[in-house]
Amino acid sequence: MSKLNTSNSELDLDRPNIEDYLPSGSIQEPRGKLRLRDLLDISPTLTEAAGAIVDDSFTRCFKSNPPEPWNWNVYLFPLWCLGVVVRYGFLFPLRVLVLTLGWIIFLSCYFPVHTLLKRNDKLRKKLERGLVELICSFFVASWTGVIKYHGPRPSMRPRQVFVANHTSMIDFIVLEQMTAFAVIMQKHPGWVGLLQSTILESLGCIWFNRSESKDRGIVTRKLREHVEGADNNPLLIFPEGTCVNNHYTVMFKKGAFELGCTVCPIAIKYNKIFVDAFWNSRKQSFTMHLLQLMTSWAVVCDVWYLEPQNLKPGETPIEFAERVRDIISVRAGLKKVPWDGYLKYSRPSPKHRERKQQSFAESVLRRLEEK
Amino acid sequence: MGNTSSMLTQYDIEEVQEHCNHTFSQQEIVSLYQRFCQLDRNGCGFISADEFMSVPEFAVNPLFQRLLRMLDGLNFKEFVAFLSAFSSRASLQQKVEFIFKVYDSDGNGKVTFNEMLDILRDLTGQFISEQQREKVLTRVLEEAGYAKDSLLVQADFMKIVGNSGLKMEVEVPVD
Repeated sequence: MSKLNTSNSELDLDRPNIEDYLPSGSIQEPRGKLRLRDLLDISPTLTEAAGAIVDDSFTRCFKSNPPEPWNWNVYLFPLWCLGVVVRYGFLFPLRVLVLTLGWIIFLSCYFPVHTLLKRNDKLRKKLERGLVELICSFFVASWTGVIKYHGPRPSMRPRQVFVANHTSMIDFIVLEQMTAFAVIMQKHPGWVGLLQSTILESLGCIWFNRSESKDRGIVTRKLREHVEGADNNPLLIFPEGTCVNNHYTVMFKKGAFELGCTVCPIAIKYNKIFVDAFWNSRKQSFTMHLLQLMTSWAVVCDVWYLEPQNLKPGETPIEFAERVRDIISVRAGLKKVPWDGYLKYSRPSPKHRERKQQSFAESVLRRLEEK
Repeated sequence: MGNTSSMLTQYDIEEVQEHCNHTFSQQEIVSLYQRFCQLDRNGCGFISADEFMSVPEFAVNPLFQRLLRMLDGLNFKEFVAFLSAFSSRASLQQKVEFIFKVYDSDGNGKVTFNEMLDILRDLTGQFISEQQREKVLTRVLEEAGYAKDSLLVQADFMKIVGNSGLKMEVEVPVD
């Protein structure tokens, strides 16, 4: 089985856990003198390329898997129709009502608190936190969210970050309902962006821009500052950097793991029977995604707060990130994939290709000298 | 979401099967169609170079550029025919023919020294100097009994790489 060496200065991984499906090309074993056949036989390389065309582990991470339709016969179909009527005609308006009510309560309490309690910072922050948790609970209620939390609830301590696997923006709401985290997120356009710049700003959230590489230094600095502060809200980071379909995890970015503090892993697993919570941002806007959730029966998920981890002596931040990814993947039953989530938006660095070229070149030169 | 096989009729499947000389089963053709639609994001009937490059495993392959040229503008029927060399039902002849076509970039049925050098360059990159590459290729050609200016045809390729040890197979996942 040919090893995929996905190595570059950013992700220096020496043991990628390759998905079971990868075409097996014969590795160029040193087999004595170099012959014409060895140069002309490009079948291993071609097989790898064809294998990638036919199926690849990266695209699989972002495939929405709709559940099997069950309304396929004459008895079940009317039942399903009835279900549609109930969901769209009864549940949906009720949920919209609940959500509107929640927003009214939230906004009417939030603005007074935010503007009038400017002097009493501690009290203001406490109330704002409570209010954000409240509106998140309203959101969750609007999808009939059935969320089971396992493990000790996050506590407010300095020098700790929380990391979780990422399926949709609702991950944030699901977790925020229990604890008012400060989160690091991509700045979004539209009404989401408006919420981000007003309400979430007060929680101490940090924004970044994927396309800005200079951004990274600034963001790291902000992260460090936040973690040091004793009364900052606990920081939540999604190290995958992008939404994945809740069957796989992509590689974790090391940023969260080199802040020199404790990392508390959180695993989230959605139950597909009720609704597929994966937000395929290439296919749907967030509004459509929310509407889809609000017209489904329920959002059922499990949240596990796992044991806090520290950097072990002699461990690099990348190894630490992989170890935590392992813990989360095992707990939530997800398969690990050796790819960087950002490859959704950009091409892999030419260094990967160069490594393959280098190993082939070296074997050719070596075998040229053999007798 | 999802492009299901309901877009592909039985006639379509049989036509594609005919075109690829029955190297794929009907189920495999349906799976390949799903994959084709998944890759062809803008739904224009063929997979653009950009869409192929969005598959990281393909983008890191040293021969990606050569293959992109061969894959350019193929519709689904031609796409399946392209992949037919990688089916377990493909004959050794078909596999060698595919390898030959990769080398023969001008499609004139003859592979020149330079065409072989091009592929070798793709495979070794900057890690061998151009002169050394020429030397290596000349030497192995001569040892195999071909002069530097020989033109290799498909029969030669069959002789050189065509033996039962040639493994060029890809499995089409069928759910």
